[in-house]
Amino acid sequence: MTIHPPTYRWELLDHYSDATQQRESAKLGMWIFLLTEILFFGGLFCAYAIYRASNPDIFFNAHKALDLHLGTFNTVVLICSSVTMAVAIRSIQLDRIKAGIGFLTATLGLAAVFLVVKFFEYSHKFHLGQLPGKYYTYTGIKGTNPHLFFSVYFSMTGLHALHVIAGMIAISWMIYRASRKHFSARYYTPVELTGMYWHLVDMVWIFLFPLLYLVG
Amino acid sequence: MLSPYGMLSRYGMISPYGNQNRYAPDMSAKSKKGTHILPLKLYLGVGIALLVLTATTVTIAQIPLGPYNLVVAMCIATIKALLVAFFFMHLWFDNKFYLVIFGTAIAFLGIFIMLTMFDTMRRGDIYQEVAKPFQPEAVIYEKATPDTTTSHDTTGVIPSEHK
Amino acid sequence: MEMTIPQHNYLREPKGLKSWLLTTDHKRVAILYLISVTISFLVGGIFAMLIRLELIGPGADFMTADTYNKLFTLHGAVMIFLFLIPATPAVLGNFVLPLMIGARDVAFPRLNLASWYIYFFGSIFAVVSIYLGGVDTGWTFYTPYSTQSTTSVIPMTLGIFILGFSSIFTGLNFIVTVHKLRAPGMTWFQMPLMVWALYATAVIQVLATPVLAITLLLLILERLFNIGIFDPLMGGDPILFQHFFWFYSHPAVYIMILPGMGIISELISVFSHRKIFGYKFIAFSSLAIAFLGFLVWGHHMFVSGQSEFASMIFSLLTFLVAIPSGVKIFNWLATMYKGSITFETPMLYAFSFLVLFALGGLTGIFLGALATDVQLHDTYFVVAHFHYVMVGGAVMALMGGLHYWWPKMFGRMYNMFWSSVAAVIIFIGFNFTFFPQFLLGMKGMPRRYFLYQPQFQSLHDVSSMGAFFMGIGFVIAAIVLISSLFKGRIAGANPWGAATLEWTNATSPPSTHNFETTPEITHGPYDFDKVTNRST
Repeated sequence: MTIHPPTYRWELLDHYSDATQQRESAKLGMWIFLLTEILFFGGLFCAYAIYRASNPDIFFNAHKALDLHLGTFNTVVLICSSVTMAVAIRSIQLDRIKAGIGFLTATLGLAAVFLVVKFFEYSHKFHLGQLPGKYYTYTGIKGTNPHLFFSVYFSMTGLHALHVIAGMIAISWMIYRASRKHFSARYYTPVELTGMYWHLVDMVWIFLFPLLYLVG
Repeated sequence: MLSPYGMLSRYGMISPYGNQNRYAPDMSAKSKKGTHILPLKLYLGVGIALLVLTATTVTIAQIPLGPYNLVVAMCIATIKALLVAFFFMHLWFDNKFYLVIFGTAIAFLGIFIMLTMFDTMRRGDIYQEVAKPFQPEAVIYEKATPDTTTSHDTTGVIPSEHK
Repeated sequence: MEMTIPQHNYLREPKGLKSWLLTTDHKRVAILYLISVTISFLVGGIFAMLIRLELIGPGADFMTADTYNKLFTLHGAVMIFLFLIPATPAVLGNFVLPLMIGARDVAFPRLNLASWYIYFFGSIFAVVSIYLGGVDTGWTFYTPYSTQSTTSVIPMTLGIFILGFSSIFTGLNFIVTVHKLRAPGMTWFQMPLMVWALYATAVIQVLATPVLAITLLLLILERLFNIGIFDPLMGGDPILFQHFFWFYSHPAVYIMILPGMGIISELISVFSHRKIFGYKFIAFSSLAIAFLGFLVWGHHMFVSGQSEFASMIFSLLTFLVAIPSGVKIFNWLATMYKGSITFETPMLYAFSFLVLFALGGLTGIFLGALATDVQLHDTYFVVAHFHYVMVGGAVMALMGGLHYWWPKMFGRMYNMFWSSVAAVIIFIGFNFTFFPQFLLGMKGMPRRYFLYQPQFQSLHDVSSMGAFFMGIGFVIAAIVLISSLFKGRIAGANPWGAATLEWTNATSPPSTHNFETTPEITHGPYDFDKVTNRST
């Protein structure tokens, strides 16, 4: 079996005794970072829970302003992007770097589609005046303080969209590094970590979707 | 010194010593326990399951079930999230400690939401208490005919101060 | 045998400013933090001195009420976010943690350096806020005033938001380091208690700080776009802000005290020359405090309008969280019993800690009881309580730890007489500053008040005199430590005869890679009779 010469970026760092320890430490670190992201979003979920519990009528009435078709489409898009991400990592694990780059690009593309759809949703709301807080000017929703729903909607989906953008930057960087042959079946930790982050972004949307679009 | 490697090693960010394995050791699935490669069918299967569950949750949301709409939607969302976590993120196959970390995050989030809602959901409780005198037969409460010029709030009124 | 500073130590090589600013050596990162955290302490201390100066007389002495409001806000924000939260973990923790477990560095050295740069970057925002006139909301930023105040709230909250990430990354680093980089033979129960304390602190940092981040983000959104989430006129709930804020800020106080407790475990054991009593109890109590600390935040909100149901639950849980702290105090006392105690400066600080933290902790229980809190909330009693635990506890422990590990960090011993004098001055000054504040609080003096009734003046004057005296103590301590760098005698590898790895297996100062070869664990962290390299 040929030994691939190392790219200059991979090194067994001085304070680790072997590559397994280094890789496992990286994964552990990433899981802890994902824990912090769960608690970061969690604050907004808490605000959602409290405002929905005390204003169930507004949440029910206001959620109809959201387009269910676009929301479902976006959910499908993100799920597919998770699949392509997982398959991309798998390809690199099997030393099929070109396929890996292809699937990473597909993930990037699907993420872009998600953001485009979100852009259309947001601009529609801007157009109608369904905005958070003091900017709310829409008159078609019954109930006191309907802007509360939109405050929660925009903060949650806005923060999520920011994370999608950050994920896209990370995936682009992985595509760049993969094209420069930094990764192989022997070493793919950064892609794996990016994948973990991306799956978390998907998981957050899996909860956002029913909470915002499917208020019963 | 001008190469990136040179600079990084100069400042200890990549160390030239103690590093016996200049070539990456074989970390592929064939030789290392734990770095498994999952079959493509599994990923596709989970993906299809997620899409089916999405369709299910959208369909059920159209049926009015009252408060159970939220319960059902959250259950389905939880299953979807667990599928992503266990299979796409390899939680099922990896070191069980990662599961502890994931569980801890959810648990503390739950504590946060639960204890906060103990406050926000029970704010009104005090109003049931205020209306009732603590001990109706106590001397401190007015027993004379109601005075129409003052308020009827008799809690804690000491007779000498009334008037 | 003539002792010298070893030729190859982390201070000397690699050379040059760039090597310091791009370092990945945890010891150098610790020194960078030491410098920045000391500057922050100085800034916070100056604000404190100005407050105490103003409070000498009951009327307005030399500032307006608005200025006073800004001063106590900035004193709190700087002391908590720029000094206390980072200090012990990022200075002593960074330096000592890898050494204590036999590792060559923390798990992610570049992230460690990034944590320091993030701290630096966040502090700049705080400085910008001060430059733009400061903030007058109180360090707690309660809504609705913080959403309406015309002072520079956003730069300050943005700065604290950024500082939070520094804290998160440090915590993340420590957790992975303890899990993954222990030397062979260093099992969990062979680790020094300082490491257990740092681990528990790190867990709190990663769990709690993100909630602070979202809280401040929502506050900024509320100020910028008036989204209405905390505004009652728009259907929002201002108490929700308090829930969000205290969910972080209560565990934050445990971030501040737990590493200090770890230091005390080390100090008491070494300076009583006796194995720590109840090792597992102390280790698990650190974890218990970390966990229970997340369940009690509502005790800051008993009179805010919180429901009685929640208040009762929080009060009960608050009583529970005191138990592990009590366990530690009794174990420390039992360690000293029949030990051969020596009274070097670190031990003096440890004694200060025991007395002052016990007092501070007990007064916390008074505040945790619902009925007493109604009387004492927002009075000077609360101010005295938290200064007893934060200054009398965390800062005393930090000083003790600094004086304990100073010879390891710099290879030189300081003048023991004058450092002890400083410790005694600080102890006396502290008590004169803050004990009268308990009395003020019980007599009804509210906190954050610029003017007060004349009958409170004598107690305020005693407090202010004490504050200046305590300040002199800190100045003397600083002079002693800094002059030791130039004139101190060489300390050698193990001047205290301690048994943990940083003393038995590393030089003073340590080399860049800590250990020449991976250390062999031949005895426990408190087996003093097995120590062979005592250097005094």
